[in-house]
Amino acid sequence: MTAPPSVVVVTGVSRFIGARVAARLAADPRIDRVVGLDPHDPPASLLGLLEGVERIRADARAATEAIADLGAEAVVHLAITSVPDAKHGRAAMKEQNVIGTMQVLAAAQGASRLRKIVVRSSTAAYGASFRDPAVFTEDTEPRAVPRGAFARDILDIEGYVRGFRRRRPGVAATVLRFAPMISSSAETSLARYFSQPVVPTVIGRDARLQFVHAEDALEVLHRSVTEDHPGTFNVAGSGVLMLSQAVRRAGRVSLPVPETALSGGAAALRQFGVEQIGLDQIDLFVHGRVVDTTRLINEFGFTPRTTAAAFDDFIQAHTEGSTVTAERLARAEAAILDGIRKVRAAAEAGS
Amino acid sequence: MSQDEYRGEMLPGHADFQLPEPPPVQRVNGRRPIPEKPELAPEQAAPVEPEADVWDQRVADTLAFLRRRLSGAYEVDEFGFDRELSEAFFHPVMKVLYRDWFRTEVFGIENVPSDGGGLVVGNHSGTIAMDALMLTVALRDRHPLGRHLRLLGADLVFRMPMMSELARAAGATVACNPDAERLMTSGQLVGVFPEGFKGIGKRFADRYKLQRFGRGGFVSAALRTGTPIVPVAIVGAEEIYPILADVKPLARLLGVPYFPVTPTFPWLGPLGLVPLPSKWLIEFCPPIPTAHLTEFADDPLVVYNLADQVRETIQATLHELLEKRPDPFGL
Repeated sequence: MTAPPSVVVVTGVSRFIGARVAARLAADPRIDRVVGLDPHDPPASLLGLLEGVERIRADARAATEAIADLGAEAVVHLAITSVPDAKHGRAAMKEQNVIGTMQVLAAAQGASRLRKIVVRSSTAAYGASFRDPAVFTEDTEPRAVPRGAFARDILDIEGYVRGFRRRRPGVAATVLRFAPMISSSAETSLARYFSQPVVPTVIGRDARLQFVHAEDALEVLHRSVTEDHPGTFNVAGSGVLMLSQAVRRAGRVSLPVPETALSGGAAALRQFGVEQIGLDQIDLFVHGRVVDTTRLINEFGFTPRTTAAAFDDFIQAHTEGSTVTAERLARAEAAILDGIRKVRAAAEAGS
Repeated sequence: MSQDEYRGEMLPGHADFQLPEPPPVQRVNGRRPIPEKPELAPEQAAPVEPEADVWDQRVADTLAFLRRRLSGAYEVDEFGFDRELSEAFFHPVMKVLYRDWFRTEVFGIENVPSDGGGLVVGNHSGTIAMDALMLTVALRDRHPLGRHLRLLGADLVFRMPMMSELARAAGATVACNPDAERLMTSGQLVGVFPEGFKGIGKRFADRYKLQRFGRGGFVSAALRTGTPIVPVAIVGAEEIYPILADVKPLARLLGVPYFPVTPTFPWLGPLGLVPLPSKWLIEFCPPIPTAHLTEFADDPLVVYNLADQVRETIQATLHELLEKRPDPFGL
């Protein structure tokens, strides 16, 4: 195994995962210099994390100079968003995801000292079709171009990485296909979805879901920078939660809605900038998505905590708004049994 | 004759391959009624007992079950199979049909492996896939270990809302090689009906005539994983909804493979959905080992011959079973 790279460039440090990855790399004594590249300033909550990280406020166009001038040995490309943000919309999202990746990869191709590139991808790369196998391995090809914007971006991004691998075979390229991330603190669209007191679902469909705990995602990202793991890997917690099961475990109430109404309602809400449920999420709730993580576990020697454990951690931190919790149900059960016993005792005493 | 006898250089499906001699016909119904009845008496006696403690336990169990369901405290496997729901709800409901309506008899259950994977291949009939459900119940009910059958279904099933989720919860998944191989390597018993819609949508006049076996994808899946193939013949499903005609234009309009016209459907409306009470016989044939053929998994000749062997075995067993059952609606 080669030594960890001394100079690492991380993109997307103004966001939850990017800031944490950069902070962890900066804290690693084997790495001399961590440079964070982002066109936006990180929010105040993340600033504390980024103390040991040099920040360059520039978009991907400036990446060319930055990556080459700094003599970067590794690039971690995390500036990929799954939902358009309310201010800038889908156009900005595509600009960042697709064009941004193109520019980062172009810069990486010209960087002579580069040894390693790590790109964040998603299990959305498998698309959504009724003829899909139940469990996706890394070799499964999507059956059709997905209708969700994020899934299409992911396919484009992975296409560019394939091209990069051909042109720079000497650079170890790691593509990590993450399941939706969840943790006690991560602010993801899925976390917001499960925090609602009433959770809309699709009538007649119950998706098989998998999550990955954000801490485990960080660990995998960190290892792919400090160690050599070229290739494409699924990153998810083993096991499955059905959507209905997850809603029940979170103590929420599900509201089944026809698929068309859900798409329409989500589109209307997007107009007002309220919540960002897109076709990506609806496809996920109709088809579900389960991946095989054998390759990750064998190659990294690391097993992420299970989907159920990751989701439990999320539930612990999001108890407000829950109505039908496990404790309340247990109490109701005990009360009913107790009531029966009392009634019978009274009847026996009377007779 | 066991399958081991034609190992070696003689591959299954070889020209010299001969089907095992059928055992002498033994009539189990018809004019002569079957004397012995399965021992149902103790099971039925239990609920009548006015023992208060039994009912206490039942109420407590039911409440605990409801609490687990409502709080999501149950396990689902990666294919969506909900073991608890299957055992507590699906199987008991289907068992009523299996035992009381169709009076199903099972032969050769000892041919189903007790541990490890297995591929159960059956003939398909009966307009809707009732035979798949009854086969699942038969294995749960009669196999000493009560094994769960993991069915492979057409993608049409998984396209339909509600139906898709019921199928997954009951342990089914889409019929595709990655899923079949994954289930078999994890030691599950997989059920497949290679005739597909050609089998269940055929007319009553063609009953018990096996249709084409597709491309033999099920054989290559079994070969690649070295899983034994257990052919199974199911008699009785053909008579539950006899298809007199298939209204093709209507089927095309509705996007389904066929639109059946039976003596009762669609004439009687929802009443036409009640299956006719035919007598069912299910026979599991001796397993065909495939572990020695793994390297031939993509050899079309071997795959095709093996598929043919399975098909012939099922067809021959069907004829035997039909002789045992002269009256389709007898006891």
